[in-house]
Amino acid sequence: MAGSGETYNLNVVRQFAIMSVVWAIVGMLVGIYIAAELIWPGLSFNLPWLTYGRIRALHTNAVIFAFGGSALFATSYYVVQRTCQVRLFAGKLAAFTFWGWQTVILAAAITLPLGISTTKEYAELEWPIDILIAVVWVAYAIVFFGTMWRRRVKHLYVANWFFAAFILAVAMLHIVNSLALPVSLTKSYSAYAGVQDAMVQWWYGHNAVGFFLTAGFLGMMYYFVPKQTGRPIYSYRLSVVHFWALIFTYIWAGPHHLLYSALPDWVQSLGMVFSIVLIAPSWGGMINGIMTLSGAWKRLRTDPILKFLIVSLSFYGMSTFEGPMMSIRTVNALSHFTDWTIGHVHSGALGWVGLISIGSLYFLIPRLFGRELHSLKLAETHFWLATIGIVLYITAMWAAGIMQGLMWRAVDSDGNLTYSFIETVEAMRPYYMVRLLGGLTYFSGMILMVYNLWKTVRAGRAVEIAVPTLASA
Amino acid sequence: MSFEKAHGRFERSIGWLAVGILLMISVGGLVQIVPLWYMKSVTEPVAGLKPYGALELTGRDIYLRESCLACHSQQIRPFRAETERYGHYSVAGEFVYDRPFQFGSRRVGPDLARIGARYSDAWHKEHLTDPRSMVPESIMPSYPWLARNPADAASIQAKMKVLRRLGHPYSDEEIAAAPGLLAGKTELDAIVAYLQSLGTAIRTRR
Repeated sequence: MAGSGETYNLNVVRQFAIMSVVWAIVGMLVGIYIAAELIWPGLSFNLPWLTYGRIRALHTNAVIFAFGGSALFATSYYVVQRTCQVRLFAGKLAAFTFWGWQTVILAAAITLPLGISTTKEYAELEWPIDILIAVVWVAYAIVFFGTMWRRRVKHLYVANWFFAAFILAVAMLHIVNSLALPVSLTKSYSAYAGVQDAMVQWWYGHNAVGFFLTAGFLGMMYYFVPKQTGRPIYSYRLSVVHFWALIFTYIWAGPHHLLYSALPDWVQSLGMVFSIVLIAPSWGGMINGIMTLSGAWKRLRTDPILKFLIVSLSFYGMSTFEGPMMSIRTVNALSHFTDWTIGHVHSGALGWVGLISIGSLYFLIPRLFGRELHSLKLAETHFWLATIGIVLYITAMWAAGIMQGLMWRAVDSDGNLTYSFIETVEAMRPYYMVRLLGGLTYFSGMILMVYNLWKTVRAGRAVEIAVPTLASA
Repeated sequence: MSFEKAHGRFERSIGWLAVGILLMISVGGLVQIVPLWYMKSVTEPVAGLKPYGALELTGRDIYLRESCLACHSQQIRPFRAETERYGHYSVAGEFVYDRPFQFGSRRVGPDLARIGARYSDAWHKEHLTDPRSMVPESIMPSYPWLARNPADAASIQAKMKVLRRLGHPYSDEEIAAAPGLLAGKTELDAIVAYLQSLGTAIRTRR
């Protein structure tokens, strides 16, 4: 096979891949800390920057944008090069996206504990950081679309459609939701007020889930699942139909975060209906991924990487069933404001996003350093720790959420409320213990991953891979 | 034309793919967000509602700084159990001066939409400084620094001017008088003033 004389840009992929592991550890550690604070409030030690309110945002930003974001940058840069058979466009701009994104994360890690926050969930960063995010994101779009533009193959592979939709949608959502008028470098007021602000925020917030945490990771899935199984995607047609249906439908689902609020009823109803419709395109993706393994099921017994990828799809299917159910008004009346929501988010975050990223990184990092994974056995142990951790976490939150929801609405025969609020808080304690245990279990698996990848990287070296010529494609 | 052929345009051209994506992701937001600008029930304040005064606004910004919404919602839903516990359900016109909104999404602690005028200032001050002295089972963090920090008088006029540009009806006199209202006040005074103002525009139960 004759090379084109060009190599893939793997340097930026390596940088993002390694940082995603680092940020996973940091973000999950903060998560464990705030879970413990809900059991032992003294853990804030009367220090402003350790209080639950301030560092909860640090946890969510670190796991979503630092861990998840870095994993998405790494995999999208790798996948777009391999499937377009061309070196990444604009190497310096790609390097800028790496350093720019790490700067954003660092700025978040400093400003959030200081209490510099807009308080809009998953969009807490103040306006100067928001501008930097927008600049990095535009650079990302130029690198990604530029690479597709220069491709040596005729068709754009399905993984790239998902990455493209993720990049465009996140740009739109971030810019519109972050509009604000500054008072100073560290303070601004939202361009929207009250119910309008709520609608814009949850249009953003739900689609941070829909595009950042779903479409982007589906792009990952569409490359690494067929690669690891060595089989083509189950159905081309299904991928086309569920792609367009998913991106169209997700955008409408935001108002399910505002059911029974002061948002006009018709908007709430639209949000509910489109949320239920979302089951179809979501499950389209799950089925397409899992069925790719059809005929090779027995490999699930021996291949830990495949276990991560396939079980992540199972959690994806589960949480995209649970989400629409929770969007039904009558169910939401019970679940909203309770820990059920927290459980739902974590079955998606730890299960779907976490496991698909871990599986992809176990696939990718050895290849970036030119050797096999140090230990498949450790990866297998990691898989079981992660799975048990998730199950402990989400069952604890289901029980806590449903119980608290029922206690809030309980009335005695005279029509008086049965429980004071603080009684419903006390009742949560055992479940918070189990949740903490689940988080620690999941985290211990991550420690094994760090060790395993460290041994892999230490024994390998940064490799160059030649871009094949068209003939060999 | 076969299915593959029909879709081929989007797989062979970045332009078509990008335009297709942008069209698909634009519709939902346009339908749900834009009409809200033209609905009086959403944009007009309820009777008697005024923009936050200098002390309350300062307190609200402290509430934002501490991200109280991580545990406290400000949105009462129209259920009997909620109106019993918290008071009249929340109405859009109560939030028109809230930038950003503070509905929240998790009640680790109780809803605060109508916490105003329910407890004494002294109770709030004690509770914010050491929650477990008032409610032994509470899991709320202590906020002892609020009583130590002076309320920020330096930026209040800039804040009110920015809000006026966004449509909050502050008069020149109110802005001129603002720093004086904060003189000698602590952050604790400010946040208690904010809490005591919450939800007081509607005083009926249901």
